[in-house]
Amino acid sequence: MSATTATHRPKAKQRPGDRIFSGLTRAAGLVILVALAGVAIFLTVEGAPAFSAPSDKLGGAANLLSYVAPLVFGTLLAAVLALLIATPLSLGVALVISHYAPRRLARLIGYLVDLLAAVPSIVYGLWGLAFLSVHLTPIYAWLEAHLGFIPLFAGPASATGRTILTASIVLAIMVLPIITAISREIFVQTPRLNQEAALALGATRWEMIRLAVLPYARSGIVSAVMLGLGRALGETMAVATVLSASGVVTFNLISNTNPSTIAANIALKFPDSTGLAVNALVASGLVLFVITFVVNFAARAIVNRSEVGRA
Amino acid sequence: MSDRTRTRTAAETTSRTEADPMSTSSTTSSTGTPDPGGRGRDTSGTARHLALSQPRLPSWAGWLVAAVAVAAAAIICLSLGWSIAGGVVLAVVIFAVALPAWSAAVENGRAAKDRLVTTLVWSAFGLAMVPLVSLLFTVVKNGAGVIDGQFLSYSMRNVIGPGGGIYHAIIGTVLVTLAAAVISVPVGVLTAIYLVEYGVRNRTARMITFLVDVMTGIPSIVAGLFAYAVFVLFFGEGVRMGFGGSVALSLLMIPIVVRSCEEMLKLVPGDLREAAYALGVPKWRTIVKVVLPTALPGIITGITLSIARVIGETAPLLVIAGSTDSVNTDLFANRMMTLPVFIYYSFTQPGVPAEYGQQRAWGAALVLIVIVMALNLVARGLGRLFSPKSAS
Repeated sequence: MSATTATHRPKAKQRPGDRIFSGLTRAAGLVILVALAGVAIFLTVEGAPAFSAPSDKLGGAANLLSYVAPLVFGTLLAAVLALLIATPLSLGVALVISHYAPRRLARLIGYLVDLLAAVPSIVYGLWGLAFLSVHLTPIYAWLEAHLGFIPLFAGPASATGRTILTASIVLAIMVLPIITAISREIFVQTPRLNQEAALALGATRWEMIRLAVLPYARSGIVSAVMLGLGRALGETMAVATVLSASGVVTFNLISNTNPSTIAANIALKFPDSTGLAVNALVASGLVLFVITFVVNFAARAIVNRSEVGRA
Repeated sequence: MSDRTRTRTAAETTSRTEADPMSTSSTTSSTGTPDPGGRGRDTSGTARHLALSQPRLPSWAGWLVAAVAVAAAAIICLSLGWSIAGGVVLAVVIFAVALPAWSAAVENGRAAKDRLVTTLVWSAFGLAMVPLVSLLFTVVKNGAGVIDGQFLSYSMRNVIGPGGGIYHAIIGTVLVTLAAAVISVPVGVLTAIYLVEYGVRNRTARMITFLVDVMTGIPSIVAGLFAYAVFVLFFGEGVRMGFGGSVALSLLMIPIVVRSCEEMLKLVPGDLREAAYALGVPKWRTIVKVVLPTALPGIITGITLSIARVIGETAPLLVIAGSTDSVNTDLFANRMMTLPVFIYYSFTQPGVPAEYGQQRAWGAALVLIVIVMALNLVARGLGRLFSPKSAS
């Protein structure tokens, strides 16, 4: 026994091909870690000079903090609105695919939802600007006339329809496929026996879903929504195209003075900026990176924990 | 899921129609020995009795209510002059109120709630499909008339007003995306090999897996800023080059490639690896000659899908590749136009008169969508053709 292992072991260890190849693959993995660290480092290096930027380079803001703060507000507002719209819809679509539609139809629906995810964001922007905002204008006028006492719809209603609410609707359409895909996967994984037990006790289909499927999928739904949040926070072109932004802080969703988002602000200002203004934009990008990193980190941690618990 | 519900209703109907034979069998068994089956039949008999006493809506109730709702909505819309969209919404609302109300009156509250939720779930799906249909329709309607030979083979150099095309943007998109693929495919595939073949239960591998997942959520504009921040150190202020766009895109592409390759490599049966080891083949040759060829179709599918994902990215290219009206085939110097950036600038800064620029934007959007859909279809076709599941 010991003789065979003694002859076997050095042979396995001395192959240069093996060592080179495993070294290559490990290096590729480390490249990813380095790249991720590099994003944080390079953005910090390039954004740091903005801390001492004069206010004319910051669009009139006194310092970097008061430059970024309204943008953070707009980013969060647009993303949260988008999720409020997208979450119920996505859960509905996911339930259709997993529990309501016949199997062949469910596959087709899944493909259609993937199609929704495949459309480039700039095309969403184009559509939002040329079609959606135009068709939403009468609805905004109606909202102002009838629900104007709510601060959200105080108006005056935008004549172009290029409001933060329109941008949020476009964002909602864009995050819908993400939330749908993840929650569908988890709905399908619900133990069959739990579902059949519920049905056998006389539960209707909705009661079965409420009692067996949704409790099982709760953590998955939470992380799906958070991943959608990450996407909505970072989405750039659709917002940059649709939104007519003036960088104010307001909860008025339908007027023509709207908060801007970090990503849209960068896309709109970067091509024409020079000097410290570029550094300020990079610094705001660093803030966006940190926010989305934290959100994605938390979402993935929840997914991993629930997977470990299930295994 | 749906199959089960169908069998459930089928079982109900058979139990209802075969009521007579079942009752006779239960009476015969009650005279015989008390076996466990006898108890089951007795309880099923009482359950059947309860089920019979519960009134249910006929199976065509849904269709009837739908027809009534559509008719009522049509009448209201025609008399008030509403649009078709308003009519559809009204019909769905009438349906969602009428069917549960009828159900609550005839059946019970729980059944009514079930019907209400079913209606809501399906209308959520319908609502989600509206933007897809509307978007595709708008793009095809506005873009189809623009595309011709000149549009695809001319650049925008010295073009004012009508004419011109997207040749320079197509060239730029193809070059930038190819360079991004050249960077990301080796890194992505090798990382996936490390994760599956070398890094099993290894802390580094677990960390890489987790960070790759997190990396899929990096905003594209941040990737563009990263590329700018790197290149500005070497080339100075205001750097614009196509290769920078490739670096930014590869940052977005690598995690997708890693994830899909990882899935595909995990599908390769362990027997194949062990057979190769048993023949004395070194591990690296096993991976190169046995594992990779087996997983190759899936890997190609994953790479194609990742290309389809990044080819429509605008924000990073806007930041680092810039825009130009001329053809530029040098990735490492000067601004380079790409399709998404072309769409953005042609639509938001169309020039005077505006209609020609906006028409070109729609045409380019249609071309971009066709490219993305074609890549998706190719990827899916490859995946179905060589699916490892169907082979085993």
